[in-house]
Amino acid sequence: MAGVTGLLIPLEWAAECAEQGEEGASAGFPPGVSSFCSRPLFPEMGENWAWLNNHLVQAVVGAALVIGFWLWMAHRQKVVPGKRQFLGEALYNVLRNGIARDIVGHDYQRFVPYLVALFSFILVNNLFGEFFLFMFPTFSKIGYAWALAILSWLLYNGVGIAKWGFFGYLKRTTLPAGVPKALWVLIIPLEFLSNLVVRPITLALRLFANLFAGHLVVLVFVLGGTLLLESGQLGLVAAGGASLIFSFAIFGLEIFVGVLQAYIFTVLTAQYVSSAIAEEH
Amino acid sequence: MLPLDIAINGSLNMLGYGLATLGPALGVAWIFSSVITGTARQPEARGAMLSTAWIGFAVVEALAIIGIALAFVL
Repeated sequence: MAGVTGLLIPLEWAAECAEQGEEGASAGFPPGVSSFCSRPLFPEMGENWAWLNNHLVQAVVGAALVIGFWLWMAHRQKVVPGKRQFLGEALYNVLRNGIARDIVGHDYQRFVPYLVALFSFILVNNLFGEFFLFMFPTFSKIGYAWALAILSWLLYNGVGIAKWGFFGYLKRTTLPAGVPKALWVLIIPLEFLSNLVVRPITLALRLFANLFAGHLVVLVFVLGGTLLLESGQLGLVAAGGASLIFSFAIFGLEIFVGVLQAYIFTVLTAQYVSSAIAEEH
Repeated sequence: MLPLDIAINGSLNMLGYGLATLGPALGVAWIFSSVITGTARQPEARGAMLSTAWIGFAVVEALAIIGIALAFVL
């Protein structure tokens, strides 16, 4: 199982992909870990430019789309909104009131930009999995998910330390109020592990695992269906056709999962920020 | 012809992980069913219940997520 460890450690995965690329067995059937390998955009430039791959470009395009969308929604605003501004305000309101204000509570406005950007970036990248140009959800490469989780981890710890001071924050996160002294030995390591170590890991892995598994299911239905359809035997062709038709339902499910995971990531970030700056636990 | 005679290979870890998700699945289901019940009884308390539920959801789902990490790594 050593090869699959690369799923959790992005660099190992890249090395494994390079190996399989040399064997020429990276594409096609059966779909597996190697279906998620990145393709360098300029292979003739050599190793030094291998980081410039299709998934990186996809993430950058996603970021550009998000920035462009919100700039377009925000420019030339009027007192009486037109259609464009109405749409923009409706979307912004969902994020600001539904996530930031309800969860972070008092003093939520500082965090609205980050939360809006986070939600839209994850959403756009997840929807790339169903979008014809890319057909690949960026966050099914775990490196991208780790980066976002680290960003959120820095944010919620940062605001906590800024508000309470380093030791004050440490005391607040590791020791809930009202714990009897006899239990401190047990509670402090547990809370430390839960709040500072497990939180970012689960944040990244939840996003990654959902999109990875979803994309794999899509691949199984589409690639397997195509294989059966080309087999030339009547029964198998019928099964392949059914599989391809059913893949549309899977695509629908994947769109739902993409939106849900973007929402959950944002809500949990807001929740962690709120628990870091809450007055009393 | 079809390459359909591919041997079934893979890791038993994945079967074990499938069984292990039962616990977190029930946990998450319970959390949100309680929120739904609570909202039906007292709609104005929904916000407070949901914010606690999200924390609980994250903690419970951490089990499933640690499970998938271990299923891959071990």
